[in-house]
Amino acid sequence: MPFPLTETMHQVMTPEGKIIGEVPLLSAEQLVKLYRWMVLGRAFSDRMVALQRQGRMGTFSALNGQEATSVGLAAPLQQKDWLAGSYREILSYLVKGVPMQAIMKLYRGYVSDDYSAEAHCLPIQIVLATQLPHMVGIAMALKYDRQPQVAVGVCGDGATSEGDFNEALNFAGVFKAPVVFVVQNNGWAISVPRSKQTAAQYIAHRGPAFGMPGYLVDGNDLFAVYKVVCDCVERARAGEGPALIEAITYRLGAHTTADDPKRYRPASDLTEWGKRDPILRFRAFLFDQHILSEKDNDVLHEEVTTEIEQAINRLEALPPQDCAQVYDLVYSELTPQLKAQRAQIMRELGRE
Amino acid sequence: MRTITYRDALREAIREEMWRDERVFIMGEDIAGYGGTYAVTKGLFEEFGEKRVRDTPLAEEVITGTAIGAALGGLRPILELMTINFSLLATDLIVNSAAKFHYMFGGQPEIPLVIRMPSGGGAQRGAQHSQMFESWYGHIPGLKVVMPATPYDAKGMLKSAVRDPNPVLFIEHELLYSIKGEVPDEDVEYTVPLHLGEVRRLGRDVTILTFSRMAHISLQAAHDLAKEGIEAEVIDLKSIRPIDIDLLIDSVKKTNRVVIAEEGWKYYGTGQGLAALIYENAFDYMDAPIQHITGADVPMPYSKALERAALPTKADIIKAVKAIVPTHVGV
Ligand SMILES: Cc1ncc(C[n+]2csc(CCOP(=O)(O)OP(=O)(O)O)c2C)c(N)n1
Ligand SMILES: [Mg+2]
Repeated sequence: MPFPLTETMHQVMTPEGKIIGEVPLLSAEQLVKLYRWMVLGRAFSDRMVALQRQGRMGTFSALNGQEATSVGLAAPLQQKDWLAGSYREILSYLVKGVPMQAIMKLYRGYVSDDYSAEAHCLPIQIVLATQLPHMVGIAMALKYDRQPQVAVGVCGDGATSEGDFNEALNFAGVFKAPVVFVVQNNGWAISVPRSKQTAAQYIAHRGPAFGMPGYLVDGNDLFAVYKVVCDCVERARAGEGPALIEAITYRLGAHTTADDPKRYRPASDLTEWGKRDPILRFRAFLFDQHILSEKDNDVLHEEVTTEIEQAINRLEALPPQDCAQVYDLVYSELTPQLKAQRAQIMRELGRE
Repeated sequence: MRTITYRDALREAIREEMWRDERVFIMGEDIAGYGGTYAVTKGLFEEFGEKRVRDTPLAEEVITGTAIGAALGGLRPILELMTINFSLLATDLIVNSAAKFHYMFGGQPEIPLVIRMPSGGGAQRGAQHSQMFESWYGHIPGLKVVMPATPYDAKGMLKSAVRDPNPVLFIEHELLYSIKGEVPDEDVEYTVPLHLGEVRRLGRDVTILTFSRMAHISLQAAHDLAKEGIEAEVIDLKSIRPIDIDLLIDSVKKTNRVVIAEEGWKYYGTGQGLAALIYENAFDYMDAPIQHITGADVPMPYSKALERAALPTKADIIKAVKAIVPTHVGV
């Protein structure tokens, strides 16, 4: 069999912060940067939930608990590599270069026209798993043009039951597309536990079934995620084809601001997973190695808070969404019918 | 001018566009060595090789999803779905991805994707394989939906579709592949715009609004009616979205009577949409109720005789015209 089933979970650092594997070669500065992204992700998520409660943002999916996977899957990518995920991968998008303001605009109901094309991220997909075929297609285009870039497609554990997930893996295998699939297995799909999505023990096992390696990784261990993603991305870049990564993590928050997880899961889960908090784990390492002091940590938190508050202030100072733009963006050019609708609304608004 | 089949016209368009632009490639089920279920892509694999002519696994959803991805990645895919019936497996990707990305991305990426697929009945392919779904897709902002009826339009519109920056659903008809028609010589480059309809026959007494295969049946009906002194104007819509409203409204204002002739089902479909447009834009010009000729409101029967009975005919159109054109006309 070309690709054996993986039974061991890649781990570099135990939940207690003990190093048991190979730490990726990163400078102190790079390590702090990765940590900063995780801190920013959680602060951003908490702030978005609070703003939603105040009616200043739309429905938001908290990413708390999944910071290590989110950062670890995006940080190894080059600028021209592609990334697409779902509503839970916002932090990965920030790391990849989508401006925070562009993301906030989406949740405030704007057409995100400053969604940076240079970041090479697709719009956030709401229809589960559809981003995976798109990434296979992009990967095929990269290969067609002999570009040394790769595409990374991310989805949740629930999305792996969709046809699109399985069809995308099969397709990528057949065309040896330079694509890496990352599953953020956070244990839940709204109220449905992972055990009800598949009778298989691991989602990663589907890699070998589709002719590609499948890796299991501790999704709350930033080093482990970073390392496995690096390996798979470099492998794809070298023309050796796709790979599947299952990152085991946990959704500490609600599914979205519209849901109450107390109705379907025991509080003891949170106590258990709280002990494996990816940020605390990484911070213990940074403190231990004297890369970060308590004081540095306080300063970093303050900076992150300021950065987020400034983005919110800029956002809330923007004029409301221009309704004309809604017509302009349907096609590359206005059709006669859209032109007529646009003209009518402009007349009614006295803008013509 | 030469006379060639609709099938050959499509192949010429694909071939010429592939020579013109190396970013154009084709993908689909059985399109490579086999040449496509309706032999449209025959010989292209031998000419262009497997990088540009790709047989795919059997998975309409992911084929469509990857074609969208390839378009986002800068290529110009022409995707062949075996028939429009199987596009239902890919509807989510067509409606939620292809039609939305330009908008959701703040107008940045272009989705220069063409999805070719045959539709329609008449070849005894049964209930699941003989359907008209242009109205479903015609409902969706962000898509262009075209249905050329002649070899000339098939070639010229397919070339335009490949060059268009928007996703275009290029809907063919199973019974049109072998029809013949005039097309300019191979060294004459031409394209046909995607958004315009065409007056196929001028007339003063009634307007027949139609498209795809029914355009041919409508012309035959108009020919017969002329012998009885009734001059029908036949408008081939060619594009379902966007729709050439001015063309059809101008005609209705002239003839004051309308027969809509389509192959699909009656309720909530293309024809009823057209009727609503006419009432909105030309109510005061109407001298008679709109007549609407459609396929029978049943799943397509597999029996040859019943299938024939379920499809609209020339006689149906003639009868509908006579029901609203006063008998003194032409007598
Ligand atoms: C095709 C589709 N079906 C259903 C939904 C509704 N839905 C939204 S999120 C969700 C759960 C997804 O769970 P998972 O893939 O594990 O991602 P997570 O929310 O845990 O990040 C469901 C069922 C959807 N968005 N798309
Ligand atoms: Mg989940």
